Amino acid sequence: MEPMAGGWMSAAHSMGTTILAVEYDEGVILGADSRTTTGVYVANRASDKITQLTDNVYICRSGSAADTQVVSDYVRYFLNQHTIQLGKEATVKTAANLVKELAYQNKSFLQAGMIVAGWDKYDGGSVYGIPLGGTLLRLPFSSGGSGSSYLYGFLDQAWRPNMSKDEAERFVVKSIALAIARDGASGGVVRTVTVNAHGVERNFFAGDKLPLFHEEISPGRNPLLA
Amino acid sequence: MSSIGTGYDLSVTTFSPDGRVFQIEYATKAVDNSGTVVGIKCKDGVVLGVEKLIPSKMLLEGSNRRIHAVHKHAGMAVAGLAADGRQIVARARSEASQYLSFYGEDIPIKELCDRVARYVHLCTLYWWLRPFGSATILGGYDRDGPQLYMIEPSGVAYRYFGAAIGKGRQAAKTAIEKLKLSEMTCREGILAVAKIIYEVHDEAKDKAFELELSWVCDESNKQHQRVPADLLEEAKAAAKAAKDALDEDEGMDAD
Repeated sequence: MEPMAGGWMSAAHSMGTTILAVEYDEGVILGADSRTTTGVYVANRASDKITQLTDNVYICRSGSAADTQVVSDYVRYFLNQHTIQLGKEATVKTAANLVKELAYQNKSFLQAGMIVAGWDKYDGGSVYGIPLGGTLLRLPFSSGGSGSSYLYGFLDQAWRPNMSKDEAERFVVKSIALAIARDGASGGVVRTVTVNAHGVERNFFAGDKLPLFHEEISPGRNPLLA
Repeated sequence: MSSIGTGYDLSVTTFSPDGRVFQIEYATKAVDNSGTVVGIKCKDGVVLGVEKLIPSKMLLEGSNRRIHAVHKHAGMAVAGLAADGRQIVARARSEASQYLSFYGEDIPIKELCDRVARYVHLCTLYWWLRPFGSATILGGYDRDGPQLYMIEPSGVAYRYFGAAIGKGRQAAKTAIEKLKLSEMTCREGILAVAKIIYEVHDEAKDKAFELELSWVCDESNKQHQRVPADLLEEAKAAAKAAKDALDEDEGMDAD
């Protein structure tokens, strides 16, 4: 294996990532890992890849950290103005359309794979996938990032419509944990955000809270603690 | 009748000493002299009606339309200078389709009205532009239900239950005020609007006219469309009958 080139210190921050969003009976749950890398160095092992756009709409970010942060900032700004003008909260569809517009019109400059999900009173919980080229596609569930490759089969088999909140959260955490197990660019903790008519709830799963799979060793006693 | 501007009315960028912009008021005159346009908001939708005066027998029936579709869920009826009205409608259409393209949703009617009003007002701010010589009545149906707005040449826009512009607007407004709009469906509204337009049409001063009716309501699936031919005929017949009855009564009184 070739030695690590010095480039890892100056490489752009990328979110190897596994991101996921699913519809459940009352709304949506967004989930993500927490590893941000510059080359092979883990720049942030506890990053938050789920960002707020409005009170009722959130976005999962994968790809270039800088690109997705800037896109999120622009969309948050537009949505804020839009909400004021409209006199009521923006819909998930509108938020997704704005993200798509930026992603598509600037496709040659951006490396951003995003998932917009949230709840509004017209369409209930909605998930919109916006991959690299700037396509916009509404789906019952959507995954993204390097770790998502390992999830396609599992998601197709295991997802069911109208899951309860607990079922859906377990489903999301299990999926991200599976991806973390196989994808070197994904890791750290699993963060989830649940959005429904009642509001927003953030959750955090680390270490022994994550399920174990084939040949994985349980965390056991922490050797640093006497 | 009209007040003389005497020097303060030469440019739209000049105020008079009593704070008026005469050019805008003169633009409104153009609207006041055109055929009557009526709009009402019923409980399940909006009805627009136009007294389209026909200046010549050579005009093909159905040409020179005064009611225009702006978007699936919205339509506009124009009074005043026809060409000016066409520009306003074009702008409204453009705003509606751009909004859909950018936000992924149909433009809320209030927002559409806002955009059109802003544009009309814009054209009253520059000395090298003249104000639009037309007013438009905008009717639409969105998530907040059916709505009716009117945009005047000054750029001012209000939301209405019932609105009328043009020659017969005074009489039309009086007639609209008598209607119980909150209990009326659009089917009934069509008959009411037709009756009003026939009523305010001045047989002596203007010769022929064509009635244009459109609606956007639950029955039309919340889409703006011209009133179906059979309902239109029904409305015309009822309105004509009512007008004839009224004329007869007046004739008898005179005797």
